[in-house]
Amino acid sequence: MSETRTDRDAKTGRGAHSAATLSFSFDGRRLIGRDGDTVAASLLANGVTVCRETPVSGAPRAPYCLMGVCFECLVVIDGVGNRQGCMVPLRDGMTIETQHGRRQPEETQG
Amino acid sequence: MKPLTDIDQLAEHYDLAIVGAGPAGLSAAARASELGLAVLLVDENPAPGGQIYRSITTTPVSDRAVLGADYWRGRDIVARLKRSAAAYAARCTVWSIAPDVESDASPFEIGLSLDGRARLISAGQVILATGAQERPFPIPGWTLPGVMTAGAAQIALKSSAIVPKGRTVIAGCGPLLYLLAGQLAAAGAEIVAVLDTTPRRNWRAALAALPDFLRSPYLAKGLKLMAKARRSLRFLGGVTSLAVEGSDRLSAIRFERGGASESLACDTLLLHQGVIPSVNLSNAAGCAHDFDPVQHCWVPQLDDWFASSVPGIAIAGDGAGIGGAESAALRGEVAALDTARRLGRITIPERDDQAAPIRAALGRTLRGRRFLDLLYKPAAQFLAPIVDDTIICRCEEVTAGQVRDAAKRLGVTGPNQMKAFLRCGMGPCQGRLCGPTVVELIAEARGTTPAEVGYYRLRPPVKPVTLAELASLPQSEAAVKAVVR
Ligand SMILES: Cc1cc2nc3c(=O)[nH]c(=O)nc-3n(C[C@H](O)[C@@H](O)[C@H](O)COP(=O)(O)OP(=O)(O)OC[C@H]3O[C@@H](n4cnc5c(N)ncnc54)[C@H](O)[C@@H]3O)c2cc1C
Ligand code: FES
Repeated sequence: MSETRTDRDAKTGRGAHSAATLSFSFDGRRLIGRDGDTVAASLLANGVTVCRETPVSGAPRAPYCLMGVCFECLVVIDGVGNRQGCMVPLRDGMTIETQHGRRQPEETQG
Repeated sequence: MKPLTDIDQLAEHYDLAIVGAGPAGLSAAARASELGLAVLLVDENPAPGGQIYRSITTTPVSDRAVLGADYWRGRDIVARLKRSAAAYAARCTVWSIAPDVESDASPFEIGLSLDGRARLISAGQVILATGAQERPFPIPGWTLPGVMTAGAAQIALKSSAIVPKGRTVIAGCGPLLYLLAGQLAAAGAEIVAVLDTTPRRNWRAALAALPDFLRSPYLAKGLKLMAKARRSLRFLGGVTSLAVEGSDRLSAIRFERGGASESLACDTLLLHQGVIPSVNLSNAAGCAHDFDPVQHCWVPQLDDWFASSVPGIAIAGDGAGIGGAESAALRGEVAALDTARRLGRITIPERDDQAAPIRAALGRTLRGRRFLDLLYKPAAQFLAPIVDDTIICRCEEVTAGQVRDAAKRLGVTGPNQMKAFLRCGMGPCQGRLCGPTVVELIAEARGTTPAEVGYYRLRPPVKPVTLAELASLPQSEAAVKAVVR
């Protein structure tokens, strides 16, 4: 598995067995994740350091708690904004984008 | 066990609805269904286990030594649930629990979401087993990318087998700190230092509780963990201040110990300051809470059977007060027994009989807890950050200085009023991360106690629900109330 990750911010731990790979995109970049990862974990594994910019000051933020408490992992998934990346299982073909500020009107569900 | 994967598979009504599939919820669900109750167990995570046993059925970590024997014990608890008749819905979030105004027979109406679709179902009894969260640990710069909780790193390890890359520093205090550091190191993380912030003066208060701790089942385990972590990792004790350095991302951690300031370059900083009960759902459901001065956090008011102040809602596990995984499982069983009694399935003597051995075991697991709570009580400067620029509400970017100013100069006396002035606690996390700190800051500024200051009054939905989800709800009176309340 480790060779399929860009291996910048996180690496595959010792003693891990591999799983099926999934292909997804982040801000247009094609990345590879592991079946069983959440969106946030997969972004971390791929070395993505920022997943949202805050609505108040535009400061960059990244997943902080990975357990649904802090809401720092908010991203746009398949066009739907404000999704908690650490609670959403990664699926093949997902389109993930940085959440810029508040959820945009065009990012709402159709 | 009956796995439910689609929200339409949920029944209209259950005898008992349990929120949270950690050791408490799993044991409560197994016991209650063994007693013949129709049980629904829901958890927002994709697999059962809660925090300690996270991803126990799906983890890609195959080397058992990495996570340790305690972790693998979770398999037995999940196996017991699988043997039971309980219905289990994963990836299902509970966002509201309210008295059902339309029905006399089923007291509770529960709002849930699964896969982007919402439903309201009813239940006769509820057990909240929502567990704990890490205590907020606001330091200057803690919002920069590269800073995470130590628990987050553990979650990434258990569920995805990934560890932080590069130089990693762990900072904070609490009994879990040693475990987390040890697990990450065993998995191959490059931990350059563990900065221990345990206040040295805590020892004096803790010593009074030492005799009990000496008879605690955790003593030997804890000492072994600590000795192992200390042997293999670089521990720096007596750390009195911490600040993150970096512009767009963490580059170093600056800290003070023994009056001297030092800086350590790192790529990842993991913060940990013990865990506190998650009270958002119990608070929003109307359960009364008290401030526990020993655990230094809000805990629900409960009777001997873990029944809350709202008739029909019990709270088990770490959400009832931090007690650890073994006590969580036992509390879940006790709560399930009383639930069965309230539903008339067992008599009071039957309940008491079955509970006796569980209670004895519970007493053993909780022995020595007070010592840990007193020893690892975080220092005042970490509970109420001194540096005014420190962001305390990550959602609305409110600083410690703003809260202090509003409390002192404007005379804001409580967190609810503070919300109106500064918007802290108004963001998507609904005060989960700023609440405890806002309370400490107000208490300090006004020279009073957190108990006097009180906590945010929370309202459902406790987790954001999309308009599309709400629109898909049937438009009963209760459904409308769930939204407009
Ligand atoms: C990050 C973290 C890591 C920890 N790691 C360890 C460890 O390695 N070893 C140890 O001994 N202790 C650990 N603890 C302490 C720990 O919480 C245990 O004592 C134990 O897991 C408590 O069990 P529980 O059943 O009370 O709750 P938990 O195990 O925390 O389970 C609670 C469950 O409720 C679910 N939930 C919460 N709210 C909702 C909702 N609204 N809707 C649906 N589901 C919901 C959560 O997803 C979670 O799965 C950890 C705590 C934290 C916060
Ligand atoms: S990282 Fe905290 S909620 Fe997702």
